[in-house]
Amino acid sequence: MSFLPKPKLHHPKLPTNELGFTRRDYEGAISTLCAGCGHDSISAAIIQACWELSIEPHRVAKMSGIGCSSKTPDYFLGASHGFNSVHGRMPSVLTGANLANRDLIYLGVSGDGDSASIGFGQFAHSIRRAVNMTYIVENNGVYGLTKGQFSATSDKGSKAKKGAVNTDEAIDLVGIALQLGATYVARSFSGDKAQLVPLIKGALRHPGPAFIDCISPCVAFNNHEGSTKSYDFVREHNEAMNQLDVILGREPITTDYAPGEVREVTQHDGSILRLRKLHEEYDPTDRVAAMHHLHERKAAGEIVTGLLYIDPDPEDLHSNLGTVELPLNRLDDAALVPGAAALEKINAALR
Amino acid sequence: MKPTDIRNPDYFHKVVDCQWACPAHTPVPEYIRLIAAGRYSDAYMVNWHSNVFPGILGRTCDRPCEPACRRGRVEEEPVAICRLKRVAADNKADIRARLTPIPAVRNGKRIACIGAGPASLTVARDLAPLGYEVHVYDGEKQGGGFIRSQIPRFRLPAEVIDEEVGYITDRGGVVTHYGQRVESLKALLAEGYDAVFVGSGAPRGRDLDVPGRQEAAANIHIGIDWLSSVSFGHIKEIGKRVIVLGGGNTAMDCCRSARRLGGEQVTVVVRSGFEEMKASPWEKEDAMREGIPILNYLVPKQVLHEGGRLTGMVFEKVRAEYDARGRRQLVPSGEPDVTIVADDVLVAIGQENAFPWIERDIGLEFDKWGLPKLDEVTHQSTIPNVFFGGDAAFGPKNIIWAVAHGHAAAISIDLFCRGEDVRDRPPEGMQLVSQKMGIHEWSYDNDVSLDLRYKVPHAEDEVALRDITLEVELGYDRELAFKEAQRCLNCDVQTVFASSLCIECDACVDICPVDCITFTENGEEQELRTRLKAPALNLEQALYVQDGLKTGRVMVKDEDVCLHCGMCAERCPTGAWDMQKFLLEAAKAARPVPALAAE
Repeated sequence: MSFLPKPKLHHPKLPTNELGFTRRDYEGAISTLCAGCGHDSISAAIIQACWELSIEPHRVAKMSGIGCSSKTPDYFLGASHGFNSVHGRMPSVLTGANLANRDLIYLGVSGDGDSASIGFGQFAHSIRRAVNMTYIVENNGVYGLTKGQFSATSDKGSKAKKGAVNTDEAIDLVGIALQLGATYVARSFSGDKAQLVPLIKGALRHPGPAFIDCISPCVAFNNHEGSTKSYDFVREHNEAMNQLDVILGREPITTDYAPGEVREVTQHDGSILRLRKLHEEYDPTDRVAAMHHLHERKAAGEIVTGLLYIDPDPEDLHSNLGTVELPLNRLDDAALVPGAAALEKINAALR
Repeated sequence: MKPTDIRNPDYFHKVVDCQWACPAHTPVPEYIRLIAAGRYSDAYMVNWHSNVFPGILGRTCDRPCEPACRRGRVEEEPVAICRLKRVAADNKADIRARLTPIPAVRNGKRIACIGAGPASLTVARDLAPLGYEVHVYDGEKQGGGFIRSQIPRFRLPAEVIDEEVGYITDRGGVVTHYGQRVESLKALLAEGYDAVFVGSGAPRGRDLDVPGRQEAAANIHIGIDWLSSVSFGHIKEIGKRVIVLGGGNTAMDCCRSARRLGGEQVTVVVRSGFEEMKASPWEKEDAMREGIPILNYLVPKQVLHEGGRLTGMVFEKVRAEYDARGRRQLVPSGEPDVTIVADDVLVAIGQENAFPWIERDIGLEFDKWGLPKLDEVTHQSTIPNVFFGGDAAFGPKNIIWAVAHGHAAAISIDLFCRGEDVRDRPPEGMQLVSQKMGIHEWSYDNDVSLDLRYKVPHAEDEVALRDITLEVELGYDRELAFKEAQRCLNCDVQTVFASSLCIECDACVDICPVDCITFTENGEEQELRTRLKAPALNLEQALYVQDGLKTGRVMVKDEDVCLHCGMCAERCPTGAWDMQKFLLEAAKAARPVPALAAE
């Protein structure tokens, strides 16, 4: 970690987005994580994505639990809402916040301990319930804060820093998210911002439960020979299915691709997800095929990354429950206190 | 691009923009840090070794360093480098014991320096410690040359000149022949000196050629001659209404001196536009602050006079026109002429070299502009043992250039006297030393100050304008000096990258506050510059490229606006980035050059 704040001076030619903000305006406090932590790169990717989408910082609620990953919301979007919950309980706090104010953009940031161990149930149910959110797991396969024990996402057969071999099966969070109905599922790598930034942008614009499993090497405890989450291992075994561009309506389309190489998916809000295929046979809108492909490639020792599944027209918790259109804080007295006649009507329906 | 060779001293030297821009290559950040630490004597000595006249230059330097200062590219104004130098001089203790010792045993060689200005004195300063006997000739009764005769005392007190000239002339090894103007180079050469250095300046002020000039001659003065008469006390007053012709620093000294000698309405009139004026921006500012208007685009047409007395001048209004090649021409604007009434006119429209005392039959060749034919590096003339420097060499420049010439000529004279090839220059060396003291502790203060440039306090106008010997700038006090010193970005503390240690985690890319660092595929420089994290549009600033990374990419760092804050090194998990202080071992006659420091 560094003691000094990052100098406020910035590049004189730093561009501004539609709101007049520079990328630096989306930063938070300086990171207190170990130097070289993959999580810091993910924070930088979130900053870049929010800046590129011209998101107003006060329209974002960033939520997290406990762990190295869950500290990171302090290091980006310093002008956004934030909530640091009990260990593993971010998903239920996020669900509650989302029910109360559906107008905000919800960004859940968690880690493999927070989401695959203590909060595994919370994670599963928030996906099941189709909460409209972006849920990022900064997955380093190790308990870094407690000095390097295997986590629930450590691969079977991988080695700890001191040489112990993991005998337990790993939880594949992408597989679980697909199974439980997430409508935007991606995997990426903290060391590949060209891939990660568009995936975060797409997730933030997705009107349903979006899940990103982001492999993020722990330089202190899980970046050695025998680890399957080290910079070197991930670079060697990374198999990207596609390269995503998120295109908002106003942007001219400039890049040319040969026909058949590109697939476009229009989301509910009009944004276009443009996928440049890197694997000819992969279809990111076929959920069953995606699950099958993941299992197959995992058995072959590959780490499959990219946008793995997308449902362009998802349902979410609010549409399922038929909740009121307005956030609760904007309902007036008449709506909140409908009067004795309305109560009588409800009671009558229950008799 | 090929990987950058950082073992070449020029590479990191260029990154220290101020030092690179300084003709004498003063290690600016090094002495600024010493000032911040309150080590004024040490800061003074760092300066003295490079530029010989820290107290004088700290008040009068033309400051080529400041426009080059990196700070000026990341915020509005550069660090006040020049005035910090003065702080070192003002606050130092007695440093006489620290000056380079003069050996008691001479080496038997005798050198003559013509003129006791900054170039000659630098030659003497550099050669006396090597055992040479240096004879300095000057027509005036005191040393300093131009520094003493033409820079007004309200900008540069006499004590400062006496002190710094004394450090050279009063310690043995140097014999002064003041009051003894050299009238014949031939005669001097006949005296058997092993080498002669000509540092006689550019002593002739250009004159005005318009109708009425001769008739009103009594009230028309050549700027540099007038300044020198003022300086030596021969002139103590001037008329109430004064016109100063010219837009250079001499004109600024003339008008401000006139204000102090009784001039109430002093007007500067310049042919060109305000922006193109040769005077330094701060000198123009100082003049205007003292209530002196500067009128531009007026060309002298006629001097008005009545019964032998000057009554004013008539000017033609012009405007600038540029031809296809961008050359400027001043063409009459057609507006009515402007008449300015005046009692006296000071002419400061340029200086010329003059060598009436050099015989044309002794083998010393001149070019068509009347300047001696010289080797630009060695300063050697067509007579092998005669060398030139300062304004006498390549025409009028300034003090810091004169010092740089003096250093170069001293090296040549030393080589010449030892019978070696003067073109075989001693190499420059450098040291690169890690500044790491702990995981995130550095031996320099890497917390970047956000303060804007501090103004130097001035004496009140009412007081300052009454006395021509009262120094108008008061200089920074220690507290202000500290704050200003903290604005320095420490550009000599270099970001040094070791590919073999890098794991390509992007931590440096993410933390860099000015988006200097990119990891990308290699390419040709022109194309590479366009696809960095922030496009590298300043072509004068180098790209630092290193290959040998595992992914086959290259690390590219654009040096342009790097804050040298060390964040990249603090966030690097493997120590692939290190902050290392660059120290140039400039080639100088008076200092042996240490071997390149081992890695």
